[in-house]
Amino acid sequence: MTGVWVLVGVVGVATIALKGAGAALLAGRPLPATFGRMVALLAPGLLAALIVVQIFTAGDRVALDARAVGLTAAAIALIARAPILLVVATAALATALARAAGLT
Amino acid sequence: MVLYFTMAFQRRRAGGPRPSAASLGCLLPGARAVAPLAVAVFVFAVTFGILARDAGMGWLAPLVFSVTTFAGSAQIAAASVLDTAGGVTAAVIAALLLNLRYLPIGLSVAPALRGSIPRRVLEAQLAVDEAWAIAHVGDGRYDRDRLVGAGVIVFVAWVSGTGLGVLGGSVLGDPAALGLDVLSPALFLALLVAQVRDARAAGAALLGASIALACIPWAPAGVPIVAASLVALLGLKGGRR
Repeated sequence: MTGVWVLVGVVGVATIALKGAGAALLAGRPLPATFGRMVALLAPGLLAALIVVQIFTAGDRVALDARAVGLTAAAIALIARAPILLVVATAALATALARAAGLT
Repeated sequence: MVLYFTMAFQRRRAGGPRPSAASLGCLLPGARAVAPLAVAVFVFAVTFGILARDAGMGWLAPLVFSVTTFAGSAQIAAASVLDTAGGVTAAVIAALLLNLRYLPIGLSVAPALRGSIPRRVLEAQLAVDEAWAIAHVGDGRYDRDRLVGAGVIVFVAWVSGTGLGVLGGSVLGDPAALGLDVLSPALFLALLVAQVRDARAAGAALLGASIALACIPWAPAGVPIVAASLVALLGLKGGRR
């Protein structure tokens, strides 16, 4: 149980520091144009990487399983311009159905 | 946190440093834009609560974790590593690597923040993925009111969902059987589509995904995300704007 609190404490303090460092050091001042261009690319790059990691990782392996079915369903819903709640609900339902059908 | 914001608004109503826009109203556009996302974040938080309790974290630690760390993917990763007997050190490393992205994210919103240092640092805590995407007004610029409006709503959804997960999760059954583990990536896909406004952004997304995929087989949890953030270096090359 002590270990759990060490985890919560260390990660909590570190994350607050990471999020707050920029605000503490340079608020109100504009960043150089180069940095603006880098940040504009950071959002799509990071979001795509987070998706890949959450869909295709099983332990330390690349895996293709029921989650990929859910992501495909979400993509189709997005192309059909469905509202965001319908997109995530479709993804969850497709994944649940694929698992019920025997896919891991 | 809530108390802090209430005090800040009262100060502004009383004619503080920012006399115009002195009401909660300026936060409404961000709050409205994030509302559908917040529902999904709430359900995602419930699954985190269930996972954390099953991993032996008890009920209080996950709640404190959600209030302080307030970063879904890192918290889920930490709880999963604990659950699969990876040990506390491995869980801390995975969570920290995933959250390293908050250093550039925090830098990106910093120019939009005003006021004292504690206030800026507190508002920067709200720059979680969903609120950060909502607050982006184009070309790497961010809007403070949209960030705070969206961030407060996501914070409330994340913490209350965690509470429901740790306390009442047993009634809800196995999150994986319901497909709830794809909520977060599906949400990120919707955010990504909204972010890809030109060929450069699309290229960054493809490259970020490829780097992450290439890192998964050999790198520890979290490294793929850190490596993918290097796509930002493409911005050094200069744009046409």
